[in-house]
Amino acid sequence: MSPIVLTTADLLVAVALIVTGAALSFFLSLGLHRLLLVSAVRMAAQLALVGSVLLFVFGHASVWLTVGLLTCMFCAATYEAGARQHDRLGSGWHFGIAGAATVTGTLIVALIGLRTALQPHPWYVARTAIPLTGLLLGNVMNATSLSMNTLLSAITRERQAIEARIILGATRAQAMNGLIRQAARTALLPTLNQMAAAGIITMPGIMTGQILAGMNPLDASRYQVLLMSLIVSGNLIGATVAAYLTVWRLTDNRGRLRLERLLSRPG
Amino acid sequence: MADFYVMMGVGRSGGWMMTNGDTATGMVSALAVLALQSAHGGPFTFALAAGECITITGESGSGKTVMLRMIADLDPHEGDAQVDGKACSAMPADRWRRLVQYVPAEPAWWSDVVTDHMADTDEVRDLVVRLGLRTDCLRTPLSRLSTGERQRLALIRAIRLNPRVLLLDEPCSALDGATTDKVETVLQALRAQGVAIVLVSHNMRQAERMADRQFQMRHGHLEEILA
Repeated sequence: MSPIVLTTADLLVAVALIVTGAALSFFLSLGLHRLLLVSAVRMAAQLALVGSVLLFVFGHASVWLTVGLLTCMFCAATYEAGARQHDRLGSGWHFGIAGAATVTGTLIVALIGLRTALQPHPWYVARTAIPLTGLLLGNVMNATSLSMNTLLSAITRERQAIEARIILGATRAQAMNGLIRQAARTALLPTLNQMAAAGIITMPGIMTGQILAGMNPLDASRYQVLLMSLIVSGNLIGATVAAYLTVWRLTDNRGRLRLERLLSRPG
Repeated sequence: MADFYVMMGVGRSGGWMMTNGDTATGMVSALAVLALQSAHGGPFTFALAAGECITITGESGSGKTVMLRMIADLDPHEGDAQVDGKACSAMPADRWRRLVQYVPAEPAWWSDVVTDHMADTDEVRDLVVRLGLRTDCLRTPLSRLSTGERQRLALIRAIRLNPRVLLLDEPCSALDGATTDKVETVLQALRAQGVAIVLVSHNMRQAERMADRQFQMRHGHLEEILA
């Protein structure tokens, strides 16, 4: 069975849906029409651009082109993850930690996926490497920024309780352990919920895509299991690395809490 | 009564100093503060023999807490401190802070359950009684205890780690006279066991009761008050 290819006429259905939605919003004074239209146009432009870029990259089979594209994606993810925080470390550290954690988590699981289960030839071929990395990157970035956000606000809120432990002879790891666990748990919760709901409450996106593209549903579910495992592992690595680096930055080698390295929230 | 305790404390501490003096290294102070300073105060230099108690008075903001926090190695600083001749910089910070217990003026708690902070042992129960706390306070949520009760529980939390030095920041600020006497009795007993105490107090009479030597903090500098 071959995938059903959408024609331009088919896309008019999508346009009609958005326009109808906007019209509804306008007549019911929901105040959403502007946002809806802008978002739709933005999405269409972004995806058309990505489609063209991928088409170009796939066509050229150049390692450097692949590496270049991945680098751009990593930079964008680093910026996104860093920019989402309320409490901030000094900017260099902030983006440094967010980026390091996101890239580490993504690269480790992407390489595991490419070198073991998927094994495309060659293993870095753009058609497999780029979509897989992109999928993982988005997820790991979410987990990383959730982890940092949770941890930074918890440390700010519980400064005195943490210091009470330090005063009583706790090392920085002992004093922070509970908060690191809390951050990692919060960061992983959406993924864990997704895993619990997979197939019963929602049809996972990857599996849906594969089935629509003509794959046998059982094979599609295998894919989903593999990719979900890669995602949750990458998220775990990203969230944990981000939490430990944040704690490391906000304490020093004498186990002191150094919150002067945290910029106060503007406003 | 108070005079008796001071004399007893000093007498026993003399004994401790002798034992330390007998070691090959000669006289070793229980706590030696060596030119500790930061942008907020210092340099501070002084030494305490085992069982000795010094008191520090001074206006709010004069740098008393700054100094205690530096001695406990809680804030970045220059200089060093030693306990029984062992330098702070030469041992892991967590071990140092167990030996040199800092009890802040407003102690913090990481949960509402008292026994999360100290096990319900015979030693703790004994201190609860001696400090005039209700016996059921170990099972009462911290949020329902008074400031004075929490202050004394924080003292127990520190004492049960068997520190060599206690850095006390106004430990009796929320206590009435009779309870203050009880706290002082416990502190004198600790001195008799060789614990050195740096006591920050706004109460001049308490300073006179407790101190072997009295100091005054003024604009980040420590001056001994000579009798």
